[in-house]
Amino acid sequence: MAKMTLEELRKLREKKQNEIQKRDIEGKDARIIVGMGTCGIAAGAKPVLDTFLEVLDEKKIDNVSVTQTGCMGLCYVEPTIEVIVPGMPDVIYGKVDVETARKIVEQHIIGKQLVTDHMFDRPAADIIKKDGGK
Amino acid sequence: MHICIDDYLLDIVQNSFEAGSSLVELTFAETGTNLFCEIRDNGKGMNAEIQRRVLDPFYSDGEKHKKRKVGLGLPFLSQACDACDGTFALQSEEGIGTTVSFSFRLDHIDAPPMGNVASTFLALLSHPLCEELVIERSLETGKGGEAYTLRKSELEAVLGPFETSGTLALLRQYLSSQEEELEQYREENLLDMHRRNTSPSRQQEM
Repeated sequence: MAKMTLEELRKLREKKQNEIQKRDIEGKDARIIVGMGTCGIAAGAKPVLDTFLEVLDEKKIDNVSVTQTGCMGLCYVEPTIEVIVPGMPDVIYGKVDVETARKIVEQHIIGKQLVTDHMFDRPAADIIKKDGGK
Repeated sequence: MHICIDDYLLDIVQNSFEAGSSLVELTFAETGTNLFCEIRDNGKGMNAEIQRRVLDPFYSDGEKHKKRKVGLGLPFLSQACDACDGTFALQSEEGIGTTVSFSFRLDHIDAPPMGNVASTFLALLSHPLCEELVIERSLETGKGGEAYTLRKSELEAVLGPFETSGTLALLRQYLSSQEEELEQYREENLLDMHRRNTSPSRQQEM
């Protein structure tokens, strides 16, 4: 890939916006919040953030909000992320590596099923035990 | 401890955002054997007493997390710089802003690997408290080099606000293309021995 100019970036965006119209439903109002405090960074939160963007782009999902926050108080299970999908419980996932990040997009954001083996803190413990929240 | 140099960078630039800066300027300049980095912000700054204490890992202003007794960002960085004949300096004035500068000797055996610079810039530019960030990135060898400048306001004027995955994916692609050009120059012009800084952990990171 040659070094892109701002003008080329602008054109690429216009091209992409025309494509977006058709698939505005998937991922609508979903939010991913990545814990990017010192503890998160040390445990590898940055490649996780990068993987979320890569996989969402791969799946052509353009409208998930991806943001960062500081430490969520769960330093022992970093990297931690929070996923908010309308119609599903808000979940804090812990020990999220790049493979888990991919799984969260495929299973939680797209498949609408919880990734039970990485859930911490939320929702309540009795829900975590159930299989995928089905 | 952090693994890569860019992790330390990400960690401490966040301090500038959290200090309420309306402008943060970052210089990230590499030569074949050294990295020089400077972060200048116009945030709230620190008085002499706090400046004296920030390198103590058991000091924190306690504003973000009320009961916490540790603050590891700056101590980690100064320790890592010390370990490889680097330098570390902090200048600050209350109400004016703070400047942190550091350098690493990249060919030192204890120098951390560089990491993934493009994804660090992405995380910084899209940080929720980042108002304006100007990044001057360069690789100079004495015989020439490559450089680029990133300005958040300019990029947002093209892409719209950095909020959704679609916009961030485009930004990611743009940043990677800038960094790739620099990497290409490195491979064509520098000796093999300096390449170790982009190898093992870089693959893990990707």
